[in-house]
Amino acid sequence: MKKEEHLELYYQMVLIRLVEEQAAQLYQQGKIGGFLHLYIGQEAVSTGLISARQPQDRVITAYRDHGVAINCGLSAREVVAELLGKVTGSSKGKGGSMHMADVNKNFWGGHAIVGAHLPIAAGLALGDQYQKNDGVTICMFGDGATNIGYFHEALNLSKVWNLPVLWVCENNQYGMGTAVERASAVSEIRQKAEGYSIPSSRVDGMDVLAVRKASEEAIAYVRSGKGPYFLEIVTYRFRGHSMGDPERYRKAEEVRQWQENDPIGIYRRYLVDHAIATESELNEVDQRANETTLDAVQFAESSPEPPAEMLFQHIYVDAD
Amino acid sequence: MARITMREAISQALWEEMERDPSVFILGEEVGVWGGTYAVTKGFYDHFGPERVRDTPIAEAAIIGGAIGAALTGTRPVAELMTINFAFSAMDHIVNEAAKLHYMFGGQFVLPMVIRAVGGGGRQLGATHSQTPDAVFAHFPGLKVVAPGTPEDAKGLLKAAIRSNDPVLFIEHATLYQVRGEVPEGDYVIPLGKSKVQRPGKDVTIITYSKMLELSTKAADQLAKEGIEAEIVDLRSLRPLDMGPVLESFKKTNRAVIVEEGWRSYGVGSEVAARIYEEAFDYVDAPIQRVAQKEVPLPYNRTLEQMALPQIEDIVKAVKEVL
Ligand SMILES: Cc1ncc(C[n+]2csc(CCOP(=O)(O)OP(=O)(O)O)c2C)c(N)n1
Ligand SMILES: [Mg+2]
Repeated sequence: MKKEEHLELYYQMVLIRLVEEQAAQLYQQGKIGGFLHLYIGQEAVSTGLISARQPQDRVITAYRDHGVAINCGLSAREVVAELLGKVTGSSKGKGGSMHMADVNKNFWGGHAIVGAHLPIAAGLALGDQYQKNDGVTICMFGDGATNIGYFHEALNLSKVWNLPVLWVCENNQYGMGTAVERASAVSEIRQKAEGYSIPSSRVDGMDVLAVRKASEEAIAYVRSGKGPYFLEIVTYRFRGHSMGDPERYRKAEEVRQWQENDPIGIYRRYLVDHAIATESELNEVDQRANETTLDAVQFAESSPEPPAEMLFQHIYVDAD
Repeated sequence: MARITMREAISQALWEEMERDPSVFILGEEVGVWGGTYAVTKGFYDHFGPERVRDTPIAEAAIIGGAIGAALTGTRPVAELMTINFAFSAMDHIVNEAAKLHYMFGGQFVLPMVIRAVGGGGRQLGATHSQTPDAVFAHFPGLKVVAPGTPEDAKGLLKAAIRSNDPVLFIEHATLYQVRGEVPEGDYVIPLGKSKVQRPGKDVTIITYSKMLELSTKAADQLAKEGIEAEIVDLRSLRPLDMGPVLESFKKTNRAVIVEEGWRSYGVGSEVAARIYEEAFDYVDAPIQRVAQKEVPLPYNRTLEQMALPQIEDIVKAVKEVL
């Protein structure tokens, strides 16, 4: 990887972190409503993963989607504006935190029903296969989502039809307050893929370069026509499931230990230790990410609300 | 009597029924260690233990299917769906199993189970998490559907639901949990399938239930200042639907407004209006008005969301329309 690429990955991770921290504040100020699921701690997962895709590769994920959106190329402005329900947001203020998307960037959302987007991912891959496109569909989901039937139906179908889909489980150890081993028969999630004869690997999600490498290999495998592949990326969310989570289900000490394993800190140290970038270069990147974030907040706050007539727009494509 | 919140009333009913009957147990997502995402089962896990307060994986079909199976063996499961929007992930088990088994096997299968589910909009949760699909579930014979609007009714009806030998869907409204009201202490049971006059009046009948009872009451307060006395009939159960108090009131006022949070088309209002026209046509003095949600998936933006949801002014306006 070239130096610029490293700096870009680092930039994206820092940008996600800062946008999420701003989002938390905006939520506390009552400017964001509904649910807000932060990606803090998991930045290396989607950053490494999505950096390995080609433009023709589709990405689809669950409701913890702000970071994924940024990695897919949505601007921080559109992301924050959507959080504030503004017309300049990626879904014009109609979707909110859980429903960001930009089909022009091949980012297919942001889906709030756990597991429901997995069969849709199989369908995206089916569409590409049918039309002989060489795109790979990258489908991200949590550990908790692997316990719902949709997961199993989708994996099975993807294998039976040899669909070009990469299944990516972000195993952050908990589905809301339920630890993996309390809800899943196997705590190494990738074992579930074995039941469907889908090859898999498990990777450290705090190491962006490890994620990137594993993703490149997995995407190449799927693109070669061999069928679906399963990646389990082990990570941890530093914040509550959503805002206002009392976090009675885990010990502060456990959270603290993982926080020492900060994916941004790890990467920063790597870049310096391997003389890829200097501290001052990285500080400049931090500064740039900070400016982008503040600009995004400013932009979102000064953006207009969706006009009233938009309530009745987008119900159907064909006007009657 | 004690003045407690809807949340406390529901919690109390569950707690008392679990103390009373060892065959009652709870299963659902985050009902145990977390204490329920709406804190209804807070403290239950420590008191009743993990056997009777069971945290499940995210697997709605298994939660409802599992409750059905366990109920068939003679236990009384109370399955909690974190929100009613996730009932669609268990639709087969609710509709094709729970609602049908007793009938289809000639009365052999008995399923004394309750599905508790939180519904309603108004909290900017977006289109998939804000629905009020009560009428959908009321469509199916074999399923009982209850949706209380006051803490007192919540307690009495939930106890009846748990003691019922039929599958009952018990719908709670997320924005009613903080509402306070007088609730009788101890064993207090209200029979299912009974509508109730919540406020007497003589000029117009407002028929409503759940969250919209709160809005209708505020609308009635406003109308009272203008000398209009609205009678409010709370359906409380959507199936079986008790038209008795509705018709009685209507025959007195000859004017009706039906208020529901869900969409108008094929909704509760459609059903109630049709029944009034069928059973009290001679008493109709003005076309019946329906107040309901605009026919759009609920948007996230707060202003748009509120535009789509029924408001107090809509009720006031509809009442003036029929007068
Ligand atoms: C079908 C369905 N059931 C329940 C929920 C409520 N819910 C939202 S997120 C969540 C936990 C999901 O955990 P996981 O898949 O591990 O993702 P994470 O939040 O850890 O990223 C639950 C239970 C839902 N949105 N959809
Ligand atoms: Mg998880």
